[in-house]
Amino acid sequence: MPYRLEITLKSDLFDAEGHGICSKAASYFDIALDAVRTVHVLTIDADLSPGQLKTIQAEIFTNPVTQTSSYEPLPLDFDWCIWVGYRPGVKDNPGSTAAEAIEDVLSRKFAPGEAVYTSRRYCLNGPHLTRLQVDLIAGELLANDIIQQVMVFGRDQWDSRQGIGYIIPRVRLDHTPTVSTIPMDSDAALQKVSNERNLALNPNDVPVIRSYFQNPEVQAQRKRVGLSEPTDVELEYISQARSDHCSHNTFQGVFTYMDAATGETEIIHSLFKTCIQAPTLALADKKEWVVSVLWDNAGVGRFDADHYYTITGETHNSPSNMEAYGGAITGIVGVYRDPMGTGLGSKLIMGSYGFCVGHRDYSGDLKPRLHPRRLLDGVIEGVRDGGNKSGIPTGFGQVTFHPGYMGKCLVFVTAIGLMPEVAAGRPTETKTTAPGELIIMCGGRVGKDGIHGVTASSETFSENTPAGHVQIGDPYTQKKMHDFLLEARDEGLIAYITDNGGGGLSSSIGETAMMSDGCRVFLEKVPLKYDGLDQWEIWISESQERMTVAVKPEHIDRFMELSLRHAVESTVIGEYTDSGKLHITYNDKTCAYVDMDLLKSGFPRWEFDAVWQPPELRGLHEPVIGEPGDYAAVLLELMARPNICSKEWITRQYDHEVQGGSVIKPLVGRDRDVNSDATVIRPVLGSTRGIVFTQALLPMYSAVDAYHMTSCTIDEAVRRMVAVGGDPDHIGGVDNFCWPNIQYHPIHNPDGKFKAAQLVRSCKALADLCLAYGIPLLSGKDSMYVDGHLPGKFGETHKISALETMQFSTVGVVADIEKCVTMDVKCAGDLVYVLGDTRNELGASEYYDLFGYLGKNVPEVDPETFKSVYAAVFQAIQKELVVSAHGVYRGGLAVHLAMTAMGGNLGLDIDLGLVPASAPLRPDRLLFSESAGRLIITIAPQNRAAFESVCAKIPCACIGMVTETPVLNVRCREGGMLISLSLADLKIAWKKPFGELI
Amino acid sequence: MTISTINALVLTGYGLNCDNETVYALELAGASAHRVHINAIIDGSAVIDDYQIMVFGGGFSWGDDHGAGVVQAVRMKHTVGEKITRFIESGNLVIGICNGFQTIVNLGLLPGFDNNYKQRSVALTYNDCGNFRDDWVTLSVNSDSPCVFTRNITIIDLPVRHGEGKFVAEDAVMKQLLENHQVVCQYALPDGTLADNKFPFNPNGAMMDIAGICDTTGRVFGLMPHPEAFNHPANHPQWSYRKELIRRGQMAPDDLPVTGIRIFENAVGYFL
Repeated sequence: MPYRLEITLKSDLFDAEGHGICSKAASYFDIALDAVRTVHVLTIDADLSPGQLKTIQAEIFTNPVTQTSSYEPLPLDFDWCIWVGYRPGVKDNPGSTAAEAIEDVLSRKFAPGEAVYTSRRYCLNGPHLTRLQVDLIAGELLANDIIQQVMVFGRDQWDSRQGIGYIIPRVRLDHTPTVSTIPMDSDAALQKVSNERNLALNPNDVPVIRSYFQNPEVQAQRKRVGLSEPTDVELEYISQARSDHCSHNTFQGVFTYMDAATGETEIIHSLFKTCIQAPTLALADKKEWVVSVLWDNAGVGRFDADHYYTITGETHNSPSNMEAYGGAITGIVGVYRDPMGTGLGSKLIMGSYGFCVGHRDYSGDLKPRLHPRRLLDGVIEGVRDGGNKSGIPTGFGQVTFHPGYMGKCLVFVTAIGLMPEVAAGRPTETKTTAPGELIIMCGGRVGKDGIHGVTASSETFSENTPAGHVQIGDPYTQKKMHDFLLEARDEGLIAYITDNGGGGLSSSIGETAMMSDGCRVFLEKVPLKYDGLDQWEIWISESQERMTVAVKPEHIDRFMELSLRHAVESTVIGEYTDSGKLHITYNDKTCAYVDMDLLKSGFPRWEFDAVWQPPELRGLHEPVIGEPGDYAAVLLELMARPNICSKEWITRQYDHEVQGGSVIKPLVGRDRDVNSDATVIRPVLGSTRGIVFTQALLPMYSAVDAYHMTSCTIDEAVRRMVAVGGDPDHIGGVDNFCWPNIQYHPIHNPDGKFKAAQLVRSCKALADLCLAYGIPLLSGKDSMYVDGHLPGKFGETHKISALETMQFSTVGVVADIEKCVTMDVKCAGDLVYVLGDTRNELGASEYYDLFGYLGKNVPEVDPETFKSVYAAVFQAIQKELVVSAHGVYRGGLAVHLAMTAMGGNLGLDIDLGLVPASAPLRPDRLLFSESAGRLIITIAPQNRAAFESVCAKIPCACIGMVTETPVLNVRCREGGMLISLSLADLKIAWKKPFGELI
Repeated sequence: MTISTINALVLTGYGLNCDNETVYALELAGASAHRVHINAIIDGSAVIDDYQIMVFGGGFSWGDDHGAGVVQAVRMKHTVGEKITRFIESGNLVIGICNGFQTIVNLGLLPGFDNNYKQRSVALTYNDCGNFRDDWVTLSVNSDSPCVFTRNITIIDLPVRHGEGKFVAEDAVMKQLLENHQVVCQYALPDGTLADNKFPFNPNGAMMDIAGICDTTGRVFGLMPHPEAFNHPANHPQWSYRKELIRRGQMAPDDLPVTGIRIFENAVGYFL
């Protein structure tokens, strides 16, 4: 019989979680709660004796100093009580560790089916609360109905002996695993099955699939293994492999690009090949530090004589949009498996995040599944738990608010790893599978979670998107696996390693078996979370925290021994062959038998029409706007805009000190509260070599031209690196495209051709800038369906598409971290310089947006000039002439002068007339233009000559001085004071929007 | 004389995550340090009596789902609890950092009144701020404390990174801790005066600003902040500022603040 243990903090202790609910209810919904007490509930579905129950209650689940507990409902007073528990099949990580602890203490293994389930009961006090308000708190603050179930009790409805009752969210499938065959009498019939089963097959692929299975030779071979028509396992395998997520059909597609202004047309056969692969391979030949690119789970660069770094970036948009916490934690934990599965495996050394969401205070009529505020809270917490519990510092992060992300949010996650050049005598960056090697599945078990995740992320979000693909990552299980696999690598036990992400075993085994040219998989050996999964579900499930490892037979015993030591589950589930076939059996019966080369050939390329309408053709123009009278008020307002203001509350939730190598942290300055340009760490503690890493996101510029969005984003990421002391000769790039649907449809996607043209232009910019700056793309990903259909006020729906977005990450190596520079000004009397010209480039700027204008003059990148600026900055930093350096980013010069002053708690006296500009500009344009390529640098006065000689050939001018008085003074050319603001006022404005959040 | 004969054991496994930098810090301090999996101690393949210093390090053991450090403490108490007690009684040193502090408090190694190393009487619970928090704090060190790890340190800056670091105990326990000078370090303002529960200087709402305590012998020490994460001057958030002052001759190079390595040096030095 089940038992239910309720645990709560002693009544005299502050309930921080309850307090958090009170403040959120007040600030989000204006609901006044007197108090909330939280009760943790364990429902133990196991046959335990009264003595055993008492033991685990006292020894594990009740802290004698802080908690009380009872197997009866705790007699807490409330006006309303809300119970929240997981739905069946949702990963309950605390439930699993509770079971593990009970097994330990009682020296007793749980029988199959026995388990512990965790849930929470919130006791709300507020005499005037209405049921409606309580439902709102339950639904909007405490539970997400996709993964959780809720019960609400009024004071009168509560049975103090029954309590919440006994709810056992156990998965009971009562289903015998069955392989079905799928008749394919016609293309239409197969397409119908595809739609019914959510296979998301592209109509163009259907005839190819049919003709394969109708080939007489194939049929004869299939007959010999007992197969005739294709099985569901086979079609799921093909569907997963052909999905846009795995196959990158968009980037491999054929684009017909026409410029509507000139009528010129161009055919591009593959954006990947022309704009990513070609420049990267060309650069890889020139840059000796590039070790491995474009084939493994992450790119590999050289760190020092003995180590490589590995890097990749991912997005986890669709799942996060449905279940923010689960989606985000799964995303960060998932991207951490990529470096683990790169080469022979790397240790994770840093992660980062980028969130794009609707405005936190959105109060319009659209009804997204999750309000942007709640969505943001959830993704913040997901990345927090995923990163912190993995023991990996979260070194950098950004948030962009824009209404376009209401349709679907973006959650970017990036991971950096480190691996030795040689492990157990073998180079770590190469690997292959060979016949006879065993296929091991390591880590978590397989359940129904994540089924069709890949195909769902390749679709626009709709009400019918299956909820089954929502999952909750488990950093604890993965951390154990990470530690284990590194030891296995160092003992030379790993022949090949890759992660199980999108597509599960289907993808990881399917892809690795290409190298040996075949595999044999015994699906019944795959450990399951619960019985009753069909074979195809086992094969494609995306249950997390799993790696696929190839181990030579002579190493298997030691591998398993080490696995046991680390309490990691590892199972031999098959072997690699050279049969040319993907051969899957279940209890000796064949359920898939497919030629390995089926996926390599014959599938038609996707085709896109792209029509570019230049800004002029779209009627964009500069606004007619006079000079403001009160510049100080404008600056204060800009400082408080959501895309500029302080987001310290997020940064502080992320551990950026673990592993002990922090050098430049995400927050710097005298009060440790201003954002740094880039992060620097010492990944090898005994060495003063560093890794520098940073990112940029400037989607707003896409509203004018995605070419310039992309070039400015790349330039900003480069400039951020250079500002802290990064070497312009060692910049690795990671591109993460997130684009709305680009496939034209006259009714459903009428501007598809324009969005396709934006993608082409963006890719061209990527190629141009990478070649100009010498940035090989170490890794990159694309996520192509950032659209959503949101219900409005009257029940109508609106398609909301995101801005065309590309996050760009840069990584480099710092030879000596002692020379790194932070952005805060440091000493009064120092000279303030601006490097790089300011131009009349306020298109899509924060300043124009303040007035609701878009404009047309979006910033443009002039790589040749900018490169000489960056070379000079690098040289000056190496000569230790630079005291502080900071790029001029979103918001323009005034905002970023304020940042450097706030960082140093020192004032600035600035003469705006001295700012280098391409042509004479009005003060508002000098102050708020977002021209790329600029930096603010301070130096000690005695270094003036040396610094100016380094900068002799670049646009550069001393524009003022650092002052002891904590005031930002900006004078105009004629000497009149334009801005005079105390740092205190600036900081108050900058911190006000989110300052109350912790 | 070589000091590399002082052996230090740093626990690993089950979600612990500061083991590498803790080993590095101990080696900088002159110890010979080794990462040892919790299961290796339990199955006897590693013997704690081969070591003089045992570190319960930071991390999220067993995911910290049922109270930080609770499950690790339960696992170790039932398997090697007696061995750990004997280790302490034989005059060796134990330090618990963050999750390790939470663990040794749950094991009862602290406060260790009357040499009872099994009694749970203090706790580290959820931060008052309601969230995990990463920041640097200033600690004021009690010079009357018998703690061997903090000898000759009066003030030290260290990073904190935890969601459950609020020190709580009943009044009688608190009184005894104070009387015995077992309160080793307290959260302070940058000038060294006590934080008096002022956020963010006291980052978690700990009673009496307590950041770390020791047992009555001073050989068992637990603290929430991470000394191993301050293993190089560049770890300090004011490093780039001070670097500039030093460059200008406005600060002497040896005026750089004490790093966390001093804590491990004191541990190694205890045996010399």
